[in-house]
Amino acid sequence: MSDPMQEIMASFFVECEELHEALIDALQTMADGEHDNETINVAFRAVHSIKGGAGAFGLEDLVGFSHQFETVMDACRSGELAISDELVQLFLRCGDMLSDLIRCSRDGEPCDTAASNALITELSAFAGAEEAGGEPEEAVDFQPMTLSFDDLDDAPSGGDGLPDLPPLDPLPPEATTEEATPSGSALIVNFKPEPELYESGNEPLFLLRSLADLGHCDIKLNFTAPDNLSDLDKLGVRLGWQVAVETESPPSAIDEIFEFATGLCQLDVSAPESEATANTANEDAPEPVAEISEVQPPAPLAPELPTQLTESTPAKPAPAAAPAPAAAAPAATKTTAKVSPTVRVDLERIERLVNLVGELVINQAMLSQSIAEESIPPNSPVAAGLDEFMQLTRNIQESVMMIRAQPVKSLFQRMSRIVREASAAVDKSVRLVTEGETTEIDKTAIECLADPLTHMIRNAVDHGLEPTETRIANGKSRQGEIRLAAAHRSGRVVIEVSDDGGGINREKVHSIARKKGLVPEDASLTDGEIDQLLFLPGFSTADEVSALSGRGVGMDVVKTQITSLGGRIAIESTPGVGTKFSISLPLTLAVLDGMVVTVAGETLVVPLNSIVETLSLTESDLRPVGPNQVVLCVREKFVPVLDLGKELGYRDALSIEKGAIALLISPEEGALVAMLVDTIEDQRQVVIKGMQESYGRVRGVAAATILGDGKIALILDASDIAQSASGVKFDTARKEAS
Amino acid sequence: MNISVLAVDDSRTMRDMITLALTSEGFDVELAEDGEHGLEVLDGIAPDVIITDINMPRLDGFGFIDAVRARDDTKTTPILVLTTESSADLKTRARDAGATGWIVKPFAQDKLVRALRMVTG
Repeated sequence: MSDPMQEIMASFFVECEELHEALIDALQTMADGEHDNETINVAFRAVHSIKGGAGAFGLEDLVGFSHQFETVMDACRSGELAISDELVQLFLRCGDMLSDLIRCSRDGEPCDTAASNALITELSAFAGAEEAGGEPEEAVDFQPMTLSFDDLDDAPSGGDGLPDLPPLDPLPPEATTEEATPSGSALIVNFKPEPELYESGNEPLFLLRSLADLGHCDIKLNFTAPDNLSDLDKLGVRLGWQVAVETESPPSAIDEIFEFATGLCQLDVSAPESEATANTANEDAPEPVAEISEVQPPAPLAPELPTQLTESTPAKPAPAAAPAPAAAAPAATKTTAKVSPTVRVDLERIERLVNLVGELVINQAMLSQSIAEESIPPNSPVAAGLDEFMQLTRNIQESVMMIRAQPVKSLFQRMSRIVREASAAVDKSVRLVTEGETTEIDKTAIECLADPLTHMIRNAVDHGLEPTETRIANGKSRQGEIRLAAAHRSGRVVIEVSDDGGGINREKVHSIARKKGLVPEDASLTDGEIDQLLFLPGFSTADEVSALSGRGVGMDVVKTQITSLGGRIAIESTPGVGTKFSISLPLTLAVLDGMVVTVAGETLVVPLNSIVETLSLTESDLRPVGPNQVVLCVREKFVPVLDLGKELGYRDALSIEKGAIALLISPEEGALVAMLVDTIEDQRQVVIKGMQESYGRVRGVAAATILGDGKIALILDASDIAQSASGVKFDTARKEAS
Repeated sequence: MNISVLAVDDSRTMRDMITLALTSEGFDVELAEDGEHGLEVLDGIAPDVIITDINMPRLDGFGFIDAVRARDDTKTTPILVLTTESSADLKTRARDAGATGWIVKPFAQDKLVRALRMVTG
C-alpha cells in the first residue's frame, strides 16, 4: 500500500481549496448584506471541515486558527453575536489568512504566526466584547488527537467482533494518573438499563460482552417479576445485572465501556477496597445465571419486552429483542463504494489523453490527405466514412478539452483578496463585482492569468479609481467599483477588468511617453494610440509608482503574458467614467488557428492571432530607403520589411520585389512589421506540440506541430521575431538557447 | 461476516479517513455526503451501524438521526456521532436525537473500531 495517509492528506488540501472557495463565497455574500442563516452555516461548515481535517493530520497552526475563527462564526450562527460590516471584513481577512495557513501547511513552510495570532486576538476581542466577560478557556477545549496507522497491519481484523477484540487500552488519556487495580482483583458492576438505553440503540448484551473482554466475569441477573401479569408494563424494564469482573484494568476501563450508556442506566462500579463489601454484595445477589465469558442473549429472559414497537408509542423504549445485526443481514454482501459523483484524475493522465487526441487529429488529417490524393469520388463509402471520422475526431477533441476546462471562479476569488489588500493599502473604499464566474477556460490559462490579472486589478485600484475626495467632489459614490467579468464570445473567452474611475489621463500618458522618448516629440496621436502607449515596454507613470502597483511590472509584461496564451488585450477608456481592459483568449491552449506558409522550402505556421493582414505587394507599396533597404507603405504608414527566411537563417536576404507576399504583424500595439513569405498554403487548426521541454526556449519559435502530410512544422512567435530583428540577432539568440 | 457501516460526513477527507480506518479492519463501508444523501443510501442498504457528522449541508446530523430513528428498519440501528466538539451539551443533544454514542474528531482508529465493535456486538 502506497502511504494511504499521504494520499488522503493530498486530497485534504485539494478539499481545503474547495472549502476555502465556499467560505469566501459565503463571506462575500455576507459582505453584500445577505446575512441569512444558510450563508453563515456554509461559511461555518467550511472552516469547521478544514479544522476537522487539519486536526487529523496534526496541523496545529491550522487547527488553532480555524478553531478560533469557527468559534466566533458559531456565535454569529446562534445569534449571540451580531453581524456587522466590520465583523464580515474581519472574517474576510481571516479567510485570507486561512488560505495562507493552508498553503504553508501543505508546503511545509513555517506559518506567519504573528499575523495569525493578531487576527486571533481581533477575533477574541469580538467574541469577548459581545459576551461581556469572555471565555478565556475557549482555545483549550479542542485537543487534537492524531490518527495513527502504524499498527495497521498487525491489528486483528476479525469480523465477528468479540473474540478478536483487542484488549482495551488500559489507560485512556484522561485517566493516566489513575492507579491500576491490583492484579487479579474484581470490580463489581451493578447495571440496570433505563428504557432510554434501548431507545438510543444501545444493547445491554454488548455492554456485558465488553465487560467479559476485560476478564473473567461472574454475571448475576436481577429480575424483578411483576406480582400479576396484568401489572406487566410492556415497555418497562425489569432486568438488571450484577457483574463481578476479574480484571487488571482500572475502573476507568469500565467507564469507557459504559460511556454511551451514561445517564441511560443505573450504574454502580465499586472497586473492592475490602473483600467483605464484595462478599456482602454477592450474598445478596441472586444465583449466577452465567459464569462465562460468552454471555447469553437477554432476550429470552425478558418476556415482557415487546419485539416490535407500535406506531402509537414512538417515544417509548425500543426493545432489546431485535438486535441490529439481524436487521442488517441483507447488507452484508455490500462492498465498499465511493459516493462522490466526480472523479479525481491526475492532471498528468489528462495531459496524456490530450496528447493522444492531438495525435488522433494529426492522423486523421494525414488520412484525409492521402485519401484526397487517391482522388476517391466524394460519394464513395470511404469518403463518407472519412467525413464521419472527421466529425467524431472533432467531437472527441472538444470533449477532451472540456475536461481541462475549469470555471474562472477560483481565479476571480483570488482577485477579491487582491482588491481587499490593494484598497486597504491605498485607503480607498472599493467593491469588487464579478460576473460570469462559471465561464470555463483551460486550466493552464487560469494559472497563467493570475499574475496579469493581479497586476491589472492593483492598477485599477491604485491608478484607475480616483481618491475618495475626488470621487465625492465629482458627484460619484464614495465607494469605487471594479468589475471583473468573464464570458464566452464567438469561440473565445473574454475577460474584462473595468473600473468606474476617472479614465486614462491621456495628456499625462502622452507627455510621459514623449519625455521617455517612446514617441516623437511632435507626433500627434489619437486617443486609441495614446491608450496603447501603456503597453509599451519602459512605460511607467513613474511619478505615480507606489508600493502597491509599482512592482517593476508594467502593462507591457501583462500584454506579453496574455499574448503568450494566444490572447489579445484591448483598452477602452472614457474620461470621468472609467477604463475597461478586455482580454480575449482562445478556448483551448492545445489547438491554435494558424496560417501555414512556406519560406525557403520550409513549411511554417504563423498564429492567426498575430497576423493583422496579408498583402500581395505592388510596386507602389515599396519605398526604397537605402541601398538595400525597403519599407512598405501601408495606408500612408511606413512599415519595416523583414524577410522571414533571412531572420530564421534559412537564406541570405532576398531582394524584395512586387508580387511578394507579406504578413503584417503587430509585435506591439501601434507598431507594424511586414514579414515576407514565399507562399501561403492554408489556414487551419493545428495541434500544438511543445518543444520547450526538449529544446528550452528557442527565440522566435513558439512550438511545433505535425501537419496532415506528416511533416513537422515550427509554429512561429512572430512578435518575438520582429522584436529580435530590431535588436538581438536571431542567430546569436539561437546559439544561446541551445 | 463483516460489519457494515454507513458513514455520513460532508468532508471528503473525513470520509477517506473513515474508509481507510475501517476497511483495513475488515468493515464494509458505505458513504454518504450529508443527511439527505444518507437517508437515500439507507433506502438501498441496511447497515449494522451508522456513523454521522453533525455539521452538514441540507440535512444535519441531528435531523438525520431523527429521521433514521423514525424509520421502522433503522429504529434500533446503533448510531455513532462523529464530532469535533466534546462539549456535554452536544452529547446531550445528540443523545436526545437518538444517538447511541459519540466519537470525538479527530478520532483515533482503535477507539473508533472499539466503539463500533461494542455497539454492534
